[in-house]
Amino acid sequence: MTGQTLTAKVLRAHGVGDVTPGAYGLLDVDLLMLNDVSGAVALKEFARMGAERVFDPARVACVADHFWPAKDIRSAHQVRLLREFADAQGIADYWETGATVDSGIEHALLAEQGRVLPGRVVVGGDSHTCTAGALGAFGTGVGSTDVAAVLALGQLWIRVPEAHRVTFAGTPGRFVTGKDLALALLRHGGVSGSTYASVEYAGEALTRTSVDDRMALCNMAVEAGAKTGMVAADDVTLDWLEPRLGHRPDAVAADPDAAYEREVTIDVSDMPPLIAAPWSPGNVRTVDEVGSGVRVHQVYVGNCANGTISDLRALATVMRGRTVAKGTRLVVVPATQRTYRQALAEGVVATLLDAGAMLSPPTCGACFGGHTGILDDGEVAVATTNRNFVGRMGHPGSRVYLANAWVAGAAAVTGELTDPAVLV
Amino acid sequence: MKAMTGGVVRIGDDVDTDMMVPGAYLNVTDPELLAPHLLEAYDPAVTARIGPGTILVAGRNLGLGSSREHAQLALRGRGVQAVIAESFARIFFRNCVNLGLPVIEHPSAARALRDGASVTVDLARGRLASEGTEWTIPPAPPFIAELVAAGGLVPWVRERLAGSEPRRPTT
Repeated sequence: MTGQTLTAKVLRAHGVGDVTPGAYGLLDVDLLMLNDVSGAVALKEFARMGAERVFDPARVACVADHFWPAKDIRSAHQVRLLREFADAQGIADYWETGATVDSGIEHALLAEQGRVLPGRVVVGGDSHTCTAGALGAFGTGVGSTDVAAVLALGQLWIRVPEAHRVTFAGTPGRFVTGKDLALALLRHGGVSGSTYASVEYAGEALTRTSVDDRMALCNMAVEAGAKTGMVAADDVTLDWLEPRLGHRPDAVAADPDAAYEREVTIDVSDMPPLIAAPWSPGNVRTVDEVGSGVRVHQVYVGNCANGTISDLRALATVMRGRTVAKGTRLVVVPATQRTYRQALAEGVVATLLDAGAMLSPPTCGACFGGHTGILDDGEVAVATTNRNFVGRMGHPGSRVYLANAWVAGAAAVTGELTDPAVLV
Repeated sequence: MKAMTGGVVRIGDDVDTDMMVPGAYLNVTDPELLAPHLLEAYDPAVTARIGPGTILVAGRNLGLGSSREHAQLALRGRGVQAVIAESFARIFFRNCVNLGLPVIEHPSAARALRDGASVTVDLARGRLASEGTEWTIPPAPPFIAELVAAGGLVPWVRERLAGSEPRRPTT
């Protein structure tokens, strides 16, 4: 008998009897996350289901992050609904910037708070819940009615995904980050290359990466259509989790002889930083291929996976002693309040302010076109976010280039797409 | 489920949920308020053609991106009866099934159906028909069929909460 994939092991440990790809089952959920956008719809559905109590308040997390700080009355109302629900249901894991000591953008926050552990099942009312895969968890995003069902039953119906293995070979260069690994896979398979699949990432290049890089990688699994993307826990994972938990958690990994439906190897040794040009995360190019001469009006560093301390440090390294180009603005969004505090302590915040940056509190903000940095017709942004669809950050006539924080910083300094190696 | 007939409105490949309902409107949950913005970022001329009874026909990978159920709420709000596509992104597909909005993955029919034509969808008999051509709809997996028969995930969960313990789905 061949060995088991990580996907099969996690599903089997969570109540799915038949883990054959294509089979249907009910998955036991360790952690359910809802936010002010998915929550507002989910709470209506929860009531329509005739449900009164959540399955387990200790396994539910509520995060006010999309339209928080409230940008208008409707946004304030949606956060209020979430806050009142958490209170009424006795959900202790409620986070709201300004009201709770820690807070931030859901996926970065749940990881930071030690709620995401290897081998666990995390379901969230947000497509980027796959970010949990960075710590070896099975994280998957769903819509609000699914959220309501899990709130009521503690289980999610699933079709068992095919497992793919993606191996990143070689040694990445100085300016190549987890973001670039995600974009490399999108360059290889496009926006439906992993549809319905569970992607297990592996390889020499990955063993050297930090948890921050792995979050950037797993975050964009959904951009390739995947149900989840996971990096099996190793010493990097456990070293990162141990101080947050006060103990060293158990790791779960695929068996060495596990069989995958598809195997892909991507050598990143000589790969430059990558960019996704408008209007698809699958439209992947190098800086040279896009060419300079693309005038950049806004640089946005932040989001659920790329507002980490690693991203802020990279940005500060580029910006140190420099200022933003004339006609370009720099918006920086630390992913969590803890990241913000760390950036402050390290002098990163001062460097960015001296360079002319605007710092926002943690929020999903302009990444999804909500607020805090919306683009006008004809404006161009370089953003460390995950989607560049038509109108994603504002006017349908605006354009977004997705890139890592090094490339974003270089664009802020020169006002155009620039290879960061020219500057640092 | 009774057969339904409606006018085809075609959209292309890789139509994402941001195109269906831009992020700026996610502070609203009322289908009536979302309906005017359906496919606003795709093409307002297409939005104007979608009304009660429309059967939306799309290319590959319909609904990629965000898990926002506001896309389905807006489709409902405008009166879309069913969605046919060459293929679907997974969260969008789930959301349609959960909300009882008929979704049919059928590559050849999705390619052939003419914009503006009338199409009849008969889920009970597994047939699609338009302008003299008929296609067979492959039967849904048993669990999906169970959800559809229940009327979506809300009544499915309500039955379980009213009854005994949650049970494993039929497979």
